[in-house]
Amino acid sequence: MRVALMVTCINDALYPGTGRAVVTLLRRLGVDVEFPAQQTCCAQPMVNTGYLDEAVPVVRNFVDAFAGYDAVVTPSGSCAGCARHQHSIVARRSGDAALAAAVESTSPKVYELSEFLVDVLGVTDVGAYYPHTVTYHPTCHSLRMLGVGDRPRQLLEKVRGLTLLELPAAEQCCGFGGTFALKNADTSVAMGADKARHVRETGAEVLVAGDNSCLTHIGGLLTREQSGVRSVHLAEILAATEGASA
Amino acid sequence: MSGTFVGMPAFPKAAHEALGNAQLRRNLAHATGTIRAKRQRLVDEVNANSDWEALRLAGAGVKESALVDLATHLETLEASLTANGATVHWASDAVEANAIVASIAKRHGADEVVKVKSMVTQEINLNEALAAEGIAAWETDLAELIVQLGDDLPSHILVPAIHRNRSEIREIFLTKMASAGRPAPVDLTDEPAVLAAAARSHLREKFLRAKVGVSGANFAVADTGTLVVVESEGNGRMCLTLPEVLVSVVGIEKVVPTWEGLDPLLRLLPRSSTGERMNPYTSTWNGVTPGDGPQEVHVVLLDNGRTNALADEVGRQALRCIRCSACLNVCPVYERTGGHAYGSVYPGPIGAILNPLLKGVGNPGPDGAQVDSLPYASSLCGACFEACPVRIDIPSVLVDQRAKVVDAHRVTRKVGVPKVEALAFKGAAVALADPRKLGLGERFTRVGLGVARRVGARKWTSARDLPAAPRESFRAWWKRTDGGRS
Repeated sequence: MRVALMVTCINDALYPGTGRAVVTLLRRLGVDVEFPAQQTCCAQPMVNTGYLDEAVPVVRNFVDAFAGYDAVVTPSGSCAGCARHQHSIVARRSGDAALAAAVESTSPKVYELSEFLVDVLGVTDVGAYYPHTVTYHPTCHSLRMLGVGDRPRQLLEKVRGLTLLELPAAEQCCGFGGTFALKNADTSVAMGADKARHVRETGAEVLVAGDNSCLTHIGGLLTREQSGVRSVHLAEILAATEGASA
Repeated sequence: MSGTFVGMPAFPKAAHEALGNAQLRRNLAHATGTIRAKRQRLVDEVNANSDWEALRLAGAGVKESALVDLATHLETLEASLTANGATVHWASDAVEANAIVASIAKRHGADEVVKVKSMVTQEINLNEALAAEGIAAWETDLAELIVQLGDDLPSHILVPAIHRNRSEIREIFLTKMASAGRPAPVDLTDEPAVLAAAARSHLREKFLRAKVGVSGANFAVADTGTLVVVESEGNGRMCLTLPEVLVSVVGIEKVVPTWEGLDPLLRLLPRSSTGERMNPYTSTWNGVTPGDGPQEVHVVLLDNGRTNALADEVGRQALRCIRCSACLNVCPVYERTGGHAYGSVYPGPIGAILNPLLKGVGNPGPDGAQVDSLPYASSLCGACFEACPVRIDIPSVLVDQRAKVVDAHRVTRKVGVPKVEALAFKGAAVALADPRKLGLGERFTRVGLGVARRVGARKWTSARDLPAAPRESFRAWWKRTDGGRS
């Protein structure tokens, strides 16, 4: 099985540690993951802001970059959601039948990390060790666009040393929402402030989620409030082992 | 008396003002939280015995079957209503509909009408149009009465005074009731039962006096020529049965092809709106019944942008809406901004798609800018789609409407300076289409961060820290270390 890592533009630029954690984790599980250097972005910022014409060349590059792989794994529910559910909209807009066919073949092969681990590899115990108290925020697109359900929790519950604390109102949006965070900054911050308060209420040392974009938003509020709570991507917790914990 | 939404600022500005009102946020968080919990208990109850998803599919199916062949069902409805003794009028817009209602009232020499709670008559500003003709339109729904007496605007589809708490309501009753009819008792407290008793006494005077009643309809059954109104208080039934003349303004999307089609809808609506298995009052009437109820019955079938929405391939599903407000109650944006920020009688997620669909996007002027801001008034979290009893995929329609807003401005902005945002996305499209154009590695990261910081840094950092830039990007690390192998 040829497996590609779709690292996502935000992780490439801002959170390379998350990408490295996916590589470490998948190699430990026997997957020789590749990184196609042609990849850039899934085009979600354009699609969700209404710039469909601008999304066309980006989606074209995406399907070229990941052609020929059996699975494309990404540490982002949101980017996986865009590839699976929105690339077809962009292809339709282009009027290019070849692009539509390429999207139809690539989209179903895109997996969010927890889906790939639980559904494709069939593992929930990935051999991780992380001796911290952790609370988990299920991000909206992983929850409602992809339907990852409790897969991330199944993985977290098997991590040795980890104590999982319940996050109140866990399923309510953190308020990031891509360009929503800028176009409606006040509302976005009001939503994020409530999320950050709920995180603090748990008393956890670490906030974990499967999307660094949401964590940038919530974490940005938590550090501004000097809460002491760290925001860590799910991949980094699952990659951590005894003697090499994050 | 009650105001209309004119000259509203675009959503972000209106939201900013609403977010500063701590009382409003407490009222909303409490009210939406309570309704959310009630609804969820009933969905769980349905799932314990049968299947909520199957019921949603059935409800969506009934509404979809009506929309697929809307013209035919409307002709059937007109024929059935006429055979039942009702007079059917067709109105293409608000002005036509208001003129029809006013002329009927005037023909009967009425200087007042009593009203059943109705969204569509608020959509067309009927009260203001009647006032201009010297006819007072009295709202009789308790919450609508609070809004009307307070010279306020509704902020929720089902609970229009959701932004008010009981001490505010007491104050409104004490200071405003006397000018509209029977005054509130001087010893009025803010106990819910006491407030309801004051409203009852105030309204009964109007019910018994009015010659003309005005309603909307939740459903219009084509094969039997039946209109249906669903309510909690019984004040609607007073208006539907006591006056001599009844005028019902009905959006053309309210048609349900058959009587059987009501079955899933009447089960979905109360559970999704008030969180009840069944609403207290369901009134149905077939035109005129000799010797019983209004002896002159009019039905005004209204378009007012609905055929525009129907022509929108992605957006037409919004016409399935049964105005339950489940999407408002679960929306994290609505919970914090309230309904007024949306500048329409249709607030929340459904309003964010319905207003642009009915009014069109890209219209010149401040009202156009207000409508164009609505599809962006969402974080696209998807809670609305999950809650919608007729499975309207609101996030997908929002994204589609955003594309229509952008496209409308592509055309109108051919001359002049393009927006910074449009330029940024055009630049990003070129950059992200082929990493070689940027050169691999660090330059990609630097350009990405540079764009992010320039476009949005200040809006971001007013309340949130930005993460520190890493020493090297992932792709630079992969190249330098051969994917960590060297």
